[in-house]
Amino acid sequence: MNTRGLRSQLKDSVPVTGMGQQVGAYGVQDTLRSGFSSVKNELLPSHALELSEKNFQLNQDKMNFSNLRNIQGLHAPLKLQMEYRAARQIQRLPFLQSSHLALDTLKGNDESISFEDILNDPSQSEMVGEPHIMMEYKLGLM
Amino acid sequence: RKMATLSVCQPQLGGFSFENCKRNAVLEAEVTKLGCNIPSARKTGTTICGVVFKDGIVLGADTRATEGMIVADKNCSKIHYISPNIYCCGAGTAADTEMTTQIISSNLELHSLSTSRLPRVATANRMLKQMLFRYQGHIGAALVLGGVDCNGPHLYSIYPHGSTDKLPYVTMGSGSLAAMAVFEDRYKQDMEEEDAKRLVRDAIAAGIFNDLGSGSNIDLCVITKGRVDYLRPHDMANKKGVRTGNYKYKQGTTGVLTKSVIKLDLEVVEETVQTMDTS
Repeated sequence: MNTRGLRSQLKDSVPVTGMGQQVGAYGVQDTLRSGFSSVKNELLPSHALELSEKNFQLNQDKMNFSNLRNIQGLHAPLKLQMEYRAARQIQRLPFLQSSHLALDTLKGNDESISFEDILNDPSQSEMVGEPHIMMEYKLGLM
Repeated sequence: RKMATLSVCQPQLGGFSFENCKRNAVLEAEVTKLGCNIPSARKTGTTICGVVFKDGIVLGADTRATEGMIVADKNCSKIHYISPNIYCCGAGTAADTEMTTQIISSNLELHSLSTSRLPRVATANRMLKQMLFRYQGHIGAALVLGGVDCNGPHLYSIYPHGSTDKLPYVTMGSGSLAAMAVFEDRYKQDMEEEDAKRLVRDAIAAGIFNDLGSGSNIDLCVITKGRVDYLRPHDMANKKGVRTGNYKYKQGTTGVLTKSVIKLDLEVVEETVQTMDTS
């Protein structure tokens, strides 16, 4: 069980916005895209690590960029983020698997192996997104 | 819920998936209501230990893996390879120690290829503690990491939540108290190799004979500058007994009264040859 103390126990039982339902048009839940809603499913994380893992990469990046800014000045994270943004734009269409080669090389992921590479490989996933709907969503038509 | 949705919004990510946690919690509640138990993970309830001697490190481990109250594996290998000069003993959930040490070993290999240097024990320690802290103790791997690098011999103990200790002698696992008692009594600085091996062997034997979770043989790994001796098994402390009685009857115990031989007339009707597909 969670042994981190009272503060963290309170945090686990507080409703969290990160788990929220996808809100479609008119602010009502999007039954077509995300299925039927259930209050219990959204409010509480199903595992203590779910939230921390979802945001892990973002938090690491934030920490690294702020360290870099303190050490080398604002230009360093600015240049890096510009390069990441450029590399993120060369992807395939949303329903196809892109290799993210440029992005991985910039981030240094090509020199390390972690659970993201071993478990749940997206290229082997059993579910494929519906191509037309994904394209319409990406182009903002939906 | 996920099966009904179209994966429109977020791209699929690799790594751990927490989809089934709620379902598992519900299943577990139902099963305990009926009075049964869900299957438990295989643990290595173990004795592992390590000691620094004059020229290097001696790591030792028992070889029993348990699943609840049953011995799952009588001769499992708990000393894992991390790099040519670094080895790691693992206690706790068997799959967790196995996967964690393999991932760190791969990362160290990539790291040493890009720095073109022999990896250091402190690097492996740092990688392990950062990964274990990230998962907040849910990865149940308690490790004893030892090796010899350019700065000499180093020995670390790493706990499942990510804390580490750098010490001249460490023990981990359910038999750690028995092994530590032996170390506290007989450890001396700058021992010779044979003394160190005997000390580790006795510490593991203490764990094997006094702790139910440890048993079978004693494996040792001696690491010095430029040489690794992986002694598996170093000592078979618990050999399976040999049956002293033989219940087979000698030839001729039963007397033969009559004997009749009937020849069966068989003739060859058809002969076919089928070639095997060996491509």
